[in-house]
Amino acid sequence: MTSLPIDQMIDTENGLISREIFVSPEFHKQELEKLFTRAWLFVGHESQIAKPGDFFVSRMGDASVILCRDAQSKVHVFLNSCRHRGMKICRYEQGNTSLFVCPYHSWSYTTDGKLQGVPMFRALYDGTLDRSQWPLIEVPKLQIYKSTVWASWDPEAPDLLAYLGDAADHLDQVLDCRDGRPGGSEVIGVQKWILPSNWKFAAENFLGDTYHNPSHRSVDMIGIGPSGQKGHRRDNEYAKGQHVWIGFPAGHGVHSVHMPEQFDYQPGYAQYPEVEEYFRHAFHERQRRQGAKARIMPFTGNLFPNTSYHGRQPRGLCVWHPHSPTETEAWRFFLVDADAPAVVKDVLRRFYMRYSGPAGMTEQDDMENWLYATESSKGTIARRYPFNYQMSMGAYKVDDPVPGFVSTQITDQTPRNYYRVYARYMKGEAWDSLLGRDLAPLRQAAE
Amino acid sequence: MKKDLAYYELKQEIEEFLYQEADLLDARDFKNWLDLLAEDLVYFMPIRRNVKFGEHGERENTRQGEGISWFDEDKWTVTKRVEQILTGVHYAEEPLSRVAHLVTNVRLVDVRPSVEAPIEVTVSSRFLVHQNRVEYENHTFIGRRTDTLRRNGDSWLIARRELILEQNVLLAKNLSILF
Repeated sequence: MTSLPIDQMIDTENGLISREIFVSPEFHKQELEKLFTRAWLFVGHESQIAKPGDFFVSRMGDASVILCRDAQSKVHVFLNSCRHRGMKICRYEQGNTSLFVCPYHSWSYTTDGKLQGVPMFRALYDGTLDRSQWPLIEVPKLQIYKSTVWASWDPEAPDLLAYLGDAADHLDQVLDCRDGRPGGSEVIGVQKWILPSNWKFAAENFLGDTYHNPSHRSVDMIGIGPSGQKGHRRDNEYAKGQHVWIGFPAGHGVHSVHMPEQFDYQPGYAQYPEVEEYFRHAFHERQRRQGAKARIMPFTGNLFPNTSYHGRQPRGLCVWHPHSPTETEAWRFFLVDADAPAVVKDVLRRFYMRYSGPAGMTEQDDMENWLYATESSKGTIARRYPFNYQMSMGAYKVDDPVPGFVSTQITDQTPRNYYRVYARYMKGEAWDSLLGRDLAPLRQAAE
Repeated sequence: MKKDLAYYELKQEIEEFLYQEADLLDARDFKNWLDLLAEDLVYFMPIRRNVKFGEHGERENTRQGEGISWFDEDKWTVTKRVEQILTGVHYAEEPLSRVAHLVTNVRLVDVRPSVEAPIEVTVSSRFLVHQNRVEYENHTFIGRRTDTLRRNGDSWLIARRELILEQNVLLAKNLSILF
């Protein structure tokens, strides 16, 4: 079945997607070559590398990379591999250094990537090795957006904001301060764990798979939200809003809530009056500062291909790093406003831990689903039968009431849109196509 | 601490308590297990990081009360974990995992106010927790545990449990069992 043309395996017109793309080693290899070498990938957050010499070891696709701030404060992302024999030059997760010294033969690199030290250089390499030609391998494209650092291995990759397109309006609501000031978040911790499942199950979940809500019944029954009430896993900040599931031409997808023109603060954090007061104040400030933009309240989203977010309760970014077709390394970066009072940060971090990640009472059930969905799709017979993505076919509007392909009901439109773009990467198409620029006439026609 | 008869008697009593506690968990008697936890329980499992030699004391483990760990919680939250399993629809533990807690290397680190009249005991041990799930899923969690136990009539209450899991990237998909 892997020999079929990609458009037959990913048939978004009819809502049929082959299981092969979730289990086949061949697809995994193609993804690493054609998708992860081109798309913009989230690498880390500036709060993790605040000072010159600070570094944080991250991943891009199947590669270990070093995110670091050099002595002049410039931010870099390097492949974590010595130019001489490939040894991983940094095996600490985070820290501060003036040099990366390879443990193998002691070639050393400065934090701007230059090859500085080569033992016995004069005696062994004189006249042959031009050190300036052997710096650490650096990503050709790096951009920082509201403290988040993104990189691409494709020198032709478009500007990050062009890549994010209108999905940036939703990402903003994750990265901006709760009171509406732009940016201002910090990472308070990173969890890393191994999922025995295909990475796309996780990405899809965050595209806005609200349909899977019944699998979280147990946590809703017991109530783990900041108000401690039974029947909920978080506060309902979205009362009277219109839930929207939005796909974007470049493959991103979000689930947000579009609030009415006038909307009131919904009390939350009932267990913690001081925190409740903080968020009440932030709510009004946010409306004052952002005006109409504040009408977007984020739930979840996935920025193509593998950076997901939770917008409010909890709040953070996740990256799904592929190890193999059936194994993923999950990283979760937890966010708070850097200048939030200590009591607020404490309540949030406790909520994040009980909600998210492998110890999180909500997300444990996701991990169970992704494992067994992968496992039971591996079989010879199973692979002959595609997955069904036919929910809410055609039930979306273009740029109404916000930009994108907008559904007001739970939908497979966002994953259909995601896999349409995925197929374009797998066919090696040009950036105009990857950004969905051909979908622009469709948008104009609807206007 | 003087290794006299009183010490060994107390150590024996504490070991018995820890083994009985493990029995409750492995027998899935979660409600009775909750009764062994003090109301002011601290249940903490840090994330362990790869750091440079010399920075271990300062930076290797995430800290209780700061940032993100695997667990940094109180009795309310641990009780929620039990309630969730008992809903019967917590799919990460439905069907229930088969779990065996092995507790070894038990050593009394501190006894307050005295071995003869102990009110609070700090006890160090190693754990090996085996989890087998559905058909083929096997996870092994190995690490160090430091418990603070508080005298409660003729038994003990767990007031503080610190679990040092000897892993960096968590190699299991979930921490859905109790330690």
